[in-house]
Order: sequence, then structure tokens, then C-alpha cells
Amino acid sequence: MKVSLFITCLADVFYPGVGKDVVELLERHGCEIDFPEKQTCCGQPAYNSGYHRDAKKAAKHMIQTFEHAEAVVTPSGSCAAMFKEYPELLHDEEEWKRRAEALSEKTYELTEFLYRVLHITDTGAELPASATYHTSCHMTRLLGEKEAPYQLLSNVKGLTLKELPNKQNCCGFGGTFAVKMSSISEQMVDEKVDSIEETEADILIGADCGCLMNIGGRMQRKDKPVHVMHIAQVLNSREK
Amino acid sequence: MPMKIGERSFDDRVQKGISNDYMRQTVRQAQGRLHTKKAQAEEDLGQWEKWRTLSDEIRSHTLENLDYYLEQLSENVVKNGGHVFFAETAEEANQYVKEIAAKKQAKKIIKSKSMVTEEISMNEALEKAGCEVIESDLGEYILQMDDHDPPSHIVAPALHKNKEQIRETFEERKGYDKTAKPEELTQFAREQLRQEFLEADIGITGCNFAVAESGSISLVTNEGNARLATTIPKTHISVMGMERLVPTWEELDVLVSMLCRSAVGQKLTSYVTGLSGPKEDGDLDGPEEFHLVIVDNGRSNILGTAFQSALHCIRCAACINVCPVYRHVGGHSYGSIYPGPIGAVLSPLLEGYEDHKDLPYASSLCAACTDACPVKIPLHELLIEHRKVIAEKERKTPLGETYAMKGFGLAASSPGLFQMAAKTAPYMLSPFAKDGTIEKGPGPLRGWTDVRDFPAPEKERFRDWFKNRQKGGSS
Repeated sequence: MKVSLFITCLADVFYPGVGKDVVELLERHGCEIDFPEKQTCCGQPAYNSGYHRDAKKAAKHMIQTFEHAEAVVTPSGSCAAMFKEYPELLHDEEEWKRRAEALSEKTYELTEFLYRVLHITDTGAELPASATYHTSCHMTRLLGEKEAPYQLLSNVKGLTLKELPNKQNCCGFGGTFAVKMSSISEQMVDEKVDSIEETEADILIGADCGCLMNIGGRMQRKDKPVHVMHIAQVLNSREK
Repeated sequence: MPMKIGERSFDDRVQKGISNDYMRQTVRQAQGRLHTKKAQAEEDLGQWEKWRTLSDEIRSHTLENLDYYLEQLSENVVKNGGHVFFAETAEEANQYVKEIAAKKQAKKIIKSKSMVTEEISMNEALEKAGCEVIESDLGEYILQMDDHDPPSHIVAPALHKNKEQIRETFEERKGYDKTAKPEELTQFAREQLRQEFLEADIGITGCNFAVAESGSISLVTNEGNARLATTIPKTHISVMGMERLVPTWEELDVLVSMLCRSAVGQKLTSYVTGLSGPKEDGDLDGPEEFHLVIVDNGRSNILGTAFQSALHCIRCAACINVCPVYRHVGGHSYGSIYPGPIGAVLSPLLEGYEDHKDLPYASSLCAACTDACPVKIPLHELLIEHRKVIAEKERKTPLGETYAMKGFGLAASSPGLFQMAAKTAPYMLSPFAKDGTIEKGPGPLRGWTDVRDFPAPEKERFRDWFKNRQKGGSS
């Protein structure tokens, strides 16, 4: 199956390693990777801040960029959810709305794609460690994908998964929220870090680079010894 | 400005909230308890999503036909021997109630909990007119005694107070001399309130839902105070927001069931009261006179806008009980008697952006509120809608942000420009980076780095790696 990869800004610039694991993981499961070079950003920063005219520009560009794709896969529940917001964003431009719907229908978050489309539950990964998983808000609530990451992680050989207390609570990222309301965001991420520590896990796994950048950045600032991994990195782990 | 609480800035209020450890601990515990109870109630009922859809349909249908149902309600209240008054503004509503109080030469008024009377500052208006107004909901009673401390939650108004603080207030104001045990505190309040009920000339209540087909009002409480307030005093005045009605008892059944489950995780609260006008011949108790005050106060301006679904709210506070922002800052930080996600949506609509411009941004858009809402109000989307109005219509956002977003739109739609920005990022940020980490970022990044480290951009972006790999280069 041919898969068009939407890498997301954060993975492209800050976490290229995540992208490499996504490519290897998908290739190992028989996918051919297409990377449309014209891709930019999904437009969420502008959309969430209320600048919908500017967000529309990003949306239209991304619709064009991925129009040829059979399936679009992205290692972020949040950016995938933004693609699915395009039809509503462009609801008053009929032709664009139709094209937006087509894109929305063929867009998948990485684990969603592996589990729901390729019907994979075991990626053959091996990672002897104890870990806890942070459920990202947009992935669980906007995309509605609550199962796929757990199904895939439960079959990683050697991995002990510990339940994160209050896992339903946001980590405090929220894009510009982390900058605009930094004192509130700080309280939120601190409680998340406390919950992670409570599990005594060695690794924090997440499926969104935004959340991981937030929680990881706070843990680094507080010198916490917890290792942070994107789920693609875990699912692509091999015995060394 | 009646909904607004105090004159402190949003940032001040938030700092005060964050540094109030006791309040935060109480809120965390309450959220945890209510989360479990609501989840259990959803499971016990079964088919929760279908019930939500049905509730959403009931609220949408009622709001779409609001004029019809309000007329039907009003006709039936009059048929039952009651009086109806439509108040366009807070002042009109208060004026009407003051006139009744004057006519009845009322000295003492007993109230059950009502957010809409908080919204229009009815107590203040009546007190100015010389009446003594007593709140009979335990939480409201405590707040009133404590120098009219504003509510911090729409269902549990005194959530921010601990039992020791309550004991102190009772001791100072009423000479209470027992312990801070909740049972003893409550017993004392009951004894005090019983006398007030017996002496009251007028009972004022809110209205959880009015029923159009029979001209009735319903009241949902766990303390039974609304039932006493509507049976002992000779006059009963019910004040309702103009959107708080259902067509028939069948819809009332659904919504009361959703309200109790969503608010406190109960199948039904201890008391659900349905009242249809004044007492009839042969009735043993009940008021001789019944008035229904239907308050607009800005609501009709919301009809027909992108915000109409905000009027579907049944005031259960489920959104507040799951909100991670409310969890850490508490209700008073919102600066409005309506806190949490629904407050952040409603306050600017009812009272304007001027006093509530920060509220739409007091959310990480995690959508926990939207998920929790029993009538499916897309709360996080309405917060984005507010941001859109502020950025694109009111043009009240900082100029720097406006230009940044324009630049963003431009870059995100032109790959060359976008790539240039991504390519230069490592160089622009390199003076701030140390061992792959930025601890003190420039400009807007500072909000981030005040709290957490920021990763320095990698030298080789993913797309460069991928391109090289395609060419058979590094892997």
C-alpha cells in the first residue's frame, strides 16, 4: 500500500528520529512511503488562535499537496484531527469543502492506521523496560482513537506498561496555550510529571510530539530521569 | 456589571488561585470523586451516547422553537392562576420582584439556589430595597454569611471553602460553638434556617426546567430547601433564564435524569419538585400567589449565532468537573459567577468581551468539556469561535500576534518560504542552545522556557534525511 507521510512541523524540525522510525515501521509492514515535499503545517496554530483566514491558507495548501494520496498517515493525533477539521473550516467554499472531505476521509494517525487499516496488533517490537503511556487529548477526544496505541503497545515484547494516574487530564501543552497561559500550563504539566513519577516507569511514551515536548521539557528542567519516547520509536524498537 | 466578580486582573486572579493550596486540593478531590461517580452513573444507565444525542436533540428543538414554547408556557402558567413577567434586562427583572415585595410588604425573603438570580444580582437589589434575603442552599448560606463571598462553582458554590473555615464563619457570625464536623455544622444550619423559612414572606427559587405543556416549573435539589421555600411562604417567585424549558414532561424526564447523573452522579437527587402554580382550593399547603419571571438579559442576542448551542446548557457543571484549567486555578479566577468552560463561553456572550476577554484563552482546548457535556455543547469549539471573533472581528489581539499569524498563513501556503523558515530555525536559535537544549528562549518562546526546556532544532531535518535516503545516501 502506498502511504503519503505527513511528518508534522515538530517531527520534521525537532524530532527527525521519530520520522525515521515511522518510515521504517511502515515499510516493514509492506507500505511504500511517499513524502510530498511541498507539505508545510496543518494550520492548527492559526486555527486555534482564531485566525481562520490564515488557517484556511494552510488548509488549502495541504489539501492540494495531499490530493494525489491513497492514504495520508501522520505521527500525531492532533495534526490528523486538524485535517479532519478542514471541511468545517472551509464549509462556505463548496468546492474546497468537497476536496477537504476527501482528504479528511483518507487521513490516519499512525497507530490508528496500523491497527484499523493494516489490522496489525503486533509490530514485532521488543523493548525490555517499564513504561507509562500518555493519552493525548486530541487523539482520544477529537479523533476518538482510544484503543490502537494500547493494542500495539501490549504486544511489545519485554515492555511492562503501567497505568498513568489521571491519564484523562491534559498535560498543559495546548499549542499557544503553553506560552500564553504559561503559569496555568506549568501547574498542569507539573501534575502530569508527578503522575508519571508515581508510576515509577523508566519511559514515558506518547503519540504526539507536542505533548512530549511539553512533558519532556518540564522533566528535563526538573532533572527527572524519565526517558521520553514517541510511540513510533517504541513500535520500531528491536533487541540490540 | 452583575456577573463580573471584583476588579482584579485575570493574571492576578489566576496567581491567587494557584497559590491557594487548600482550594486546589479540594477541587482535585471533588473532580476525582465526581469523575468516578459520573462514569458509574453513565454505565448504569447504559447507551450514554444515545442519551446524549437525544438530549441534544431536545435542547436544539426547544431552542429552534423557543418563541412557540415560551408562549405556550406563559399561557399555561396564567391558566393555572399564576403570573408571568418577561424581563428583557436584569434591571427589569429586579424591578418586578421589588414591586411584588413592596406590595406584599415583605420583610424577609427565603431563597433556594439560583444562578440566574446571581447573574442579575437580585439579592443586592432586594437588600437595597430594604428586604432581608436569606439563601437556604447550604453552600449559598455559608457564602452569604461570609460577606457575600461569590460562588466558585455552579452546583457546589462553596467548593473553595474547607470545614474549618466554615466553622469559623458560623462562630463569628452566629455564635456557633461546636466542632467542624460536617454533620454538626449542617445540623446547626438547619436549625437556623428552619426559623427563617417559617418567618419568610416570599420564597424565591430558580427553575431547572419549566414545562411548556402544563405551565409547570421543576426544581432539583438534594437538600429539600426548594420544596420548603415553595410551600411555606405565601408568595412564590420563580426566576428562570428564558432558555430553561422543555416542551412536555416526557422531555423533562430525560433532561432531569441527565442533569442529576452529570452533576453529581446520582440517578435522581433527593428532591425533584414539580410545581404548577399557586395552591388550589382544598390544597393543604403551597403559595397563594405564584410569579414566573422569565429573564432574557442578553440571551436572545445569542439565538441564531454560531453560539446558539451555548443556550443548551442545563447547568450541571460536568464541564467544570473535568476541566484541567479549573482544577488548578479554581472558580474565582474566572472573574465571573459562571466559571469553567461554560463560563468562559457564556460570560463574554452575556456581558461582553471587555470584562471577560481572557476567558476564551483560559483553555488548552483539550476538549474534556465537550466530551463531558450531557447535551453535547461543543464547548472547546465555541472557545475557538470566541477567539475568532476577538482576532478577526473585534481585532483585539496584540498586533505582534496578528502579524505572526499572517506570516504563518503565508509561510504555510508557500513551501519555499516554509522551508526557509524551518531551515534557518537551527541557526536563529543556535545562540540560545546548549547541548541540544534551550533553557532561555527569545521573544514569545520565553513563556515556554520560563517553565520548561525547549529542544534545539536538529541540524538535519527529517525531509533532508528522507531525500538523501531516496537518493541512496545516508539512512
